Amino acid sequence: MNDFPWLSVMLFLPIVGALVLVALPARVGSALPKQLALGTSLVTLVVGIVMAIRYDSDSSAQFQFTEQAEWIKSFGAHYALGVDGVGLTLVILTAILAPVVILASWNDGDNGRWSAKAFFAWMLALEGLAIGVFAATDVFLFYVFFEATLIPVYFLIGGYGGANRARAAVKFLLYSLAGGLIMLASVIGLYVESAKSDGGATYLVTELAKLDFGTDVGRWLFLGFFVAFAIKAPMFPVHTWLPDTTENATPGTSVLLVSVLDKIGTFGMLRFCLELFPEASRWATPAIVVFAVISIIYGAFMAIGSDNIPRLIAYTSVSHFGFIVLGIFVMNSQGLSGANLYMFNHGLSTAALFLVTGFLISRRGSALVSDYGGVEKVAPVLAGIFLVAGLSSLSLPGLSPFISEFLVIVGTFSYSHVAGAFAVTGIVLAAIYILFLYQRTMTGPTRDEVKDMKDLGTREIAALAPVLLLIVILGFFPKPLLSVINPAVDHTMERVQKHDPAPDVDPSSLQEGAHE
Amino acid sequence: MVNLEALHDVPVVGSVPTDGAFSLLWLVIALPALGAAILLLGGRRTDKWGHLLGTAMAVGSFVISLILFFTLLGKDADDRQVTQHLWNWFTAGSYSVNFDLLYDQLSAVFLLLITGVGSLIHVYSIGYMEHDERRRRFFGYLNLFVASMLVLVLAADYVGVFLGWEGVGLASYLLIGFWQQKPSAAAAAKKAFVINRVGDIGLSLGTALIFITFGSTSFAVVSAASSHASDGALTGIGLLLLLAACGKSAQFPLQTWLLDAMEGPTPVSALIHAATMVTAGVYLIVRSNFIFSLTEDARTAVIVIGTITLLMGAIIGCAKDDIKKALAGSTMSQIGYMVLAAGLGPAGYAFAIFHLLTHGFFKANMFLGAGSVMHGMNDDVNMRHYGALQKAMPITFATFATGYLAILGIPPFAGFWSKDKIIETAFADNTLVGLCALIGAGVTAFYMTRLMLMTFVGTKRWEKDVHPHESPKVMTYPLIALAALSALGGLLTLGGWIGDWLEPVTGHAEHHELPFGMAPIVMSLIILLVVAAGVAVAWQLVGQREVPREAPEKVSIFTRAARADLYGDAFNDEVIIKPGAAGIRGLTVFDRVVVDGAAEGTATAFASMSARFRLLQNGFVRSYALALLAGAALVIFALLAVNFG
Repeated sequence: MNDFPWLSVMLFLPIVGALVLVALPARVGSALPKQLALGTSLVTLVVGIVMAIRYDSDSSAQFQFTEQAEWIKSFGAHYALGVDGVGLTLVILTAILAPVVILASWNDGDNGRWSAKAFFAWMLALEGLAIGVFAATDVFLFYVFFEATLIPVYFLIGGYGGANRARAAVKFLLYSLAGGLIMLASVIGLYVESAKSDGGATYLVTELAKLDFGTDVGRWLFLGFFVAFAIKAPMFPVHTWLPDTTENATPGTSVLLVSVLDKIGTFGMLRFCLELFPEASRWATPAIVVFAVISIIYGAFMAIGSDNIPRLIAYTSVSHFGFIVLGIFVMNSQGLSGANLYMFNHGLSTAALFLVTGFLISRRGSALVSDYGGVEKVAPVLAGIFLVAGLSSLSLPGLSPFISEFLVIVGTFSYSHVAGAFAVTGIVLAAIYILFLYQRTMTGPTRDEVKDMKDLGTREIAALAPVLLLIVILGFFPKPLLSVINPAVDHTMERVQKHDPAPDVDPSSLQEGAHE
Repeated sequence: MVNLEALHDVPVVGSVPTDGAFSLLWLVIALPALGAAILLLGGRRTDKWGHLLGTAMAVGSFVISLILFFTLLGKDADDRQVTQHLWNWFTAGSYSVNFDLLYDQLSAVFLLLITGVGSLIHVYSIGYMEHDERRRRFFGYLNLFVASMLVLVLAADYVGVFLGWEGVGLASYLLIGFWQQKPSAAAAAKKAFVINRVGDIGLSLGTALIFITFGSTSFAVVSAASSHASDGALTGIGLLLLLAACGKSAQFPLQTWLLDAMEGPTPVSALIHAATMVTAGVYLIVRSNFIFSLTEDARTAVIVIGTITLLMGAIIGCAKDDIKKALAGSTMSQIGYMVLAAGLGPAGYAFAIFHLLTHGFFKANMFLGAGSVMHGMNDDVNMRHYGALQKAMPITFATFATGYLAILGIPPFAGFWSKDKIIETAFADNTLVGLCALIGAGVTAFYMTRLMLMTFVGTKRWEKDVHPHESPKVMTYPLIALAALSALGGLLTLGGWIGDWLEPVTGHAEHHELPFGMAPIVMSLIILLVVAAGVAVAWQLVGQREVPREAPEKVSIFTRAARADLYGDAFNDEVIIKPGAAGIRGLTVFDRVVVDGAAEGTATAFASMSARFRLLQNGFVRSYALALLAGAALVIFALLAVNFG
């Protein structure tokens, strides 16, 4: 089974599922397409789990489950797939969240501009394309997937979102296209540079990594990629599309957008910026660290000041993405492991937060924090899950996001005491934005408007339970993730030619000293 | 000039693997954790027997703690450190953190305190919370607290301590806000958590700095290497850990949350906000003795913070009419004593822990006593509405009086042995600090006597429909047990036992000379005189006059300041909260107008795009598909152009 195309199967299963859904005649109603969509995403998840079990964390190869076929010879473009530990965790994250989101969004496609069938078809298509992005080991293929993901998101927002969905969809698209265009320049530049080399034009990451672009060219190409990824992530000051988008998207769409697609930004920084342009990455580090720290604090402040729940969550993500970018660019093992782990954990915690608040908002019909109060009394299960999701967002120890955030803080403090001291204020601000939100919505006297609110139903609990369970388990036992992430981190450290600083007090010298 | 040779001699944390009875160690945590999981996930099905299960788990944990303690007692003094390796928590590069439990003389006494007093408070709560429809959930939270607190004192690594540290913070948040329908309770819960998070900055960065300095955060590695670290690193770590301690132990300047925390049910105030959680900062400092013993600068900061807080807390306690808040001020003050003692280094560590234990007994005793009073007074907390309760609640009065004598430090009650030692050692270190500690003892005598007189003596000032009665046995028996401990806690120092017991953990204490070559007995007499003066003043001002039912308005600025908690909240409001809120409002406008405006402005600047923008906005979705198609075509075209160009 070694040659089994695991990644292609994972990529095309949902896309085929989407096509099947589209081909269904309208008279079958909406129940069958929903079940088919859930079934497809679950089968994809099973394939993903089997694949993850077969992943060999001791292997010396950079990528596993590789597939490669020539695609456009004159550009050097290939259909090339493969994952390292980071790609694997993100593929699995996508595969986990897709069925969760489909189950949670069961009725969200019913009142859209188009049919529910189309809603779930777009979701499946998005899942397949996202897996493609994380699995592509050819820059051109990556770029195609990168741009292609915009299509389903655009239709999911524009067709099924809230009041201002049309404008939100356009804003999302324009920002993304702008980023994509900048990246395109670098993609073309890569082609030009690789064509000059002895091996001829190629877009394979493994081949490109062998090239030396020279300082100036390398830095320009780096910037093209970085700006696109910073918009995607999103970082301050190119973040404003995100709150506008989540405000108008359905909760499920927001999950796929923030938990999965935004990771393309930070994933791309690792895979392309650090991997292909190590010199330029080191060169840009001080500036990027500053912007990352600003993102952490700025995002948190904006979240505290938000009265709209989905906007608030979007801003918390701006803050969290600041941590991820910070962890990547401090370029030490703690920061990088933390950042990689953060990508996965943030996916879980933000999914839980978007979905549980989505259930809340659908009950009351308002997304404004100030329209709630005392919900805990009438819906204790909802409130309890809300609180756990919130606590994971504020990185409470014992829940999985703690380990990643702690490692990023340790790595950052090791890189620079000042940067670490600023970044760590994020933990106080996070407590404020989460608990202030919880206080205003869930506690206090129960308001009349929410007095008859129903607690969560079985379907809703079933959608959230696996996410919460994972958050708790990985909080105490993150080893399954770290064992695949750490070898990838070692590889990155080697690429950027960085070594972890030795501790001030060298333990090995102490033991000698003890015997004297 | 300090003796460098002596300083390099910090005790090293051993790592002998567990065997025999010690392999039960994990169970001490697992039992209450399991209880919490069952009660919180089980829902209403567990309502009927939830409180019994919760109590059984705490008692079970106590029984195991006793077994462990006696097993440890049976070992040689040098052999009393065992480590249970559970699993590797996480690894990143060379940084590896294990889930290891360390059971030594220090954690042993904490285990007994937490599970012992914890069990008594569980039993008491069966009665106290009987009529609360969410009693089962209350016991779930209590179990969660006990499990977290045990993690805190058993962890063998700073990150493990952090897990317990935030776990107790969460339990405290949930329990302060237990009656969260009350906006004041919900606000107090959030405030406690947020201020504690400010302290957590210290624990996060302190742990980070420990890793950077030693390449590990386990006690075993750090204690073995600490004498080789630079002064700067040690002082930095010490100050950061002190910040953490200030948050958790309500020390100046992070003290303001503790008074508000009294919104929680009274058993919570007794267990979390008096006996155990708030003392975690003292534990952290004493546990990190291998850092603090080597850095005089950080120790001095610890002493200063402790001294300020012990006076502040005592002054606040004098002006409160709310019985729980008066006790909370007292808690602040008593923890100040412990922090002060911990700052005195090897000479004071054992006394800090000793006072922590006796305070755990007598303060839990008095808080539960206050709860018993409230139980009989329709949950009124205002002492101006009490008076003459001595007859109506004889058991509560007797047990409370034991706690009163203990906190005053009247021999032979527990507090006499522990507090005297701290004041003595403080004098030996620095006369000014010693004087402050001495004055604190006098003020303590004043506010505690005031509290006793207003509550149990004098004339009835009850509300009309109040019929005070003694509490049921399920509440009074724990009171009697704690009163016995308050009376007899001093036995722990019989023959210097507690100091000898802890010495392998905290290091050898040098003998100290008191100023003017005073004999300790003279010192004790002076302290007793000051205490007697405090009692006499209270008797004059409160006992000899009629207590007005309404708090007098015309009072000195000192009373006004004390009533306002010495303006801690006012300061935070003016300096942090108001400017912060204004800043956030400004930032929100900035985000919309400047950041977003710049981006959208750039977009609209392209005239053609602007027209397109409007077109697209009208919802012609097909034109988007076209736009994307055009984009894709552009890519191909661009590549072709470069290719053939």
